[in-house]
Amino acid sequence: MDLSKSTFWGFKRENGRIGVRNHVIILPVDDLSNAAAEAVANNIKGTLALPHPYGRLQFGADLDLHFRTLIGTGANPNVAAVVVICIEEGWAKKVADGIAATGKPVAYFGIEQHGDHDTIMRASKKAKEFVQWASELRREERPLKDLWVSTKCGESDTTSGCGANPTVGNAFDKLYPHGTTLVFGETTELTGGEHLVAARCRTDEVRKKFQFMFDRYQALIERHKTSDLSDSQPTKGNIEGGLTTIEEKALGNIQKIGRECLIDGVIDKGEVPTGPGLWFMDSSSAAAEMVTLCAASGYVVHFFPTGQGNVIGNPILPVIKLCANPRTVRTMSEHIDVDVSGLLRKEMSPDQAGDALLECMFRTANGRLTAAEALGHREFVLTRLFESA
Amino acid sequence: MIHFVVHDEEDSVGVVVVEGVKAGDTLTGWIMDQDKEITFKAASNIPIGHKLAIKALAKDATVIKYGTDIGRVVAAIGVGEHAHVHNIKTKRW
Repeated sequence: MDLSKSTFWGFKRENGRIGVRNHVIILPVDDLSNAAAEAVANNIKGTLALPHPYGRLQFGADLDLHFRTLIGTGANPNVAAVVVICIEEGWAKKVADGIAATGKPVAYFGIEQHGDHDTIMRASKKAKEFVQWASELRREERPLKDLWVSTKCGESDTTSGCGANPTVGNAFDKLYPHGTTLVFGETTELTGGEHLVAARCRTDEVRKKFQFMFDRYQALIERHKTSDLSDSQPTKGNIEGGLTTIEEKALGNIQKIGRECLIDGVIDKGEVPTGPGLWFMDSSSAAAEMVTLCAASGYVVHFFPTGQGNVIGNPILPVIKLCANPRTVRTMSEHIDVDVSGLLRKEMSPDQAGDALLECMFRTANGRLTAAEALGHREFVLTRLFESA
Repeated sequence: MIHFVVHDEEDSVGVVVVEGVKAGDTLTGWIMDQDKEITFKAASNIPIGHKLAIKALAKDATVIKYGTDIGRVVAAIGVGEHAHVHNIKTKRW
């Protein structure tokens, strides 16, 4: 596929970033604010609440990550406007101020001294105003370089490494020369292939940063493990699908970064890349955590290869699923956007599979709902680093 | 018809990509990196996605897939036999 003149239709946000969805979100800062946020989303059609279980008594790096993820989610260009609700007004303002730096409309509400009823009424009025405003925004034609694409695989099996993951790699190799901003991560899931990832870093400085994050995660595993992780990583589903060791899983996983593109930079969880190219993000390998972090980092379309059939979605980031396992494609077809099982029958070339994924990417970016969006999969899962105080 | 795929001709295992492989079946394999076909006889029933050994692997041998170390053999594996968690373990963690 010649991508040199390729364009997509997106929403230009106040800060120049391009979104492919136009959500108005109701964002609770903590668990206590979920009820009010969900009530507002129920009152005002076309808005979306993002409930989650955290935000109380977190501290240090864990609290920083909590704020970074919430602010990044609100700042994501797939979001047109945000209503923030928190039990304490001060933290509602902190999150709202972080999002407002993008220039998009944001309002914030504290529940204390008001109660749920009054908060829901005030927030609903603002949400109605935002959603009516957002409904008049129009897509415009944009060059491919404005598209930010993330990847993470899930419920992998051996077909992921031979089919679905190399398809993402083929697509990444094709997107990379056109100035797109790409990301992969899943730090522990590189174990056994970390030397191959290190060899793909563009500079020694990037390599050093990658190695630091890889070693940091290995130390965490060593500190907390009670076994060889043979029930956790690979997972029961991975093992059912034929993956035997973490090394085998990792070598399949890194097929997603293709054969040609180089790793231009490294970011911590939920940080925003500072330029185009392929980025490594230190992150959990748990699907919903990683995809939530990709959304917080500003990515607008996600490639999700699966083997055994992970059903994940995200509230604001369209998740495109591809699969090479013919049994999964047959038994879970409603979840699969791109069937690349022909690869394993030699009926489809890697180049054709990559093109099929890119075609789906353009259609998704232009507005077509993914399977996960149509099925209502909105997993929003915040990564925790340690216990609350 | 392709019954199993192998990433690289130096690999010790291939991946079954069809359902219902039974011991005694003659299987056609595709070595993807070199684009060659090979034939093996399955020595076990092997579910889709699971591996068969295409080389005899003694205890403590290193299993190679993608041309790279994916773990160690903990119980000898014969050619055509099912290779999985019962006879291969990670070298990490």
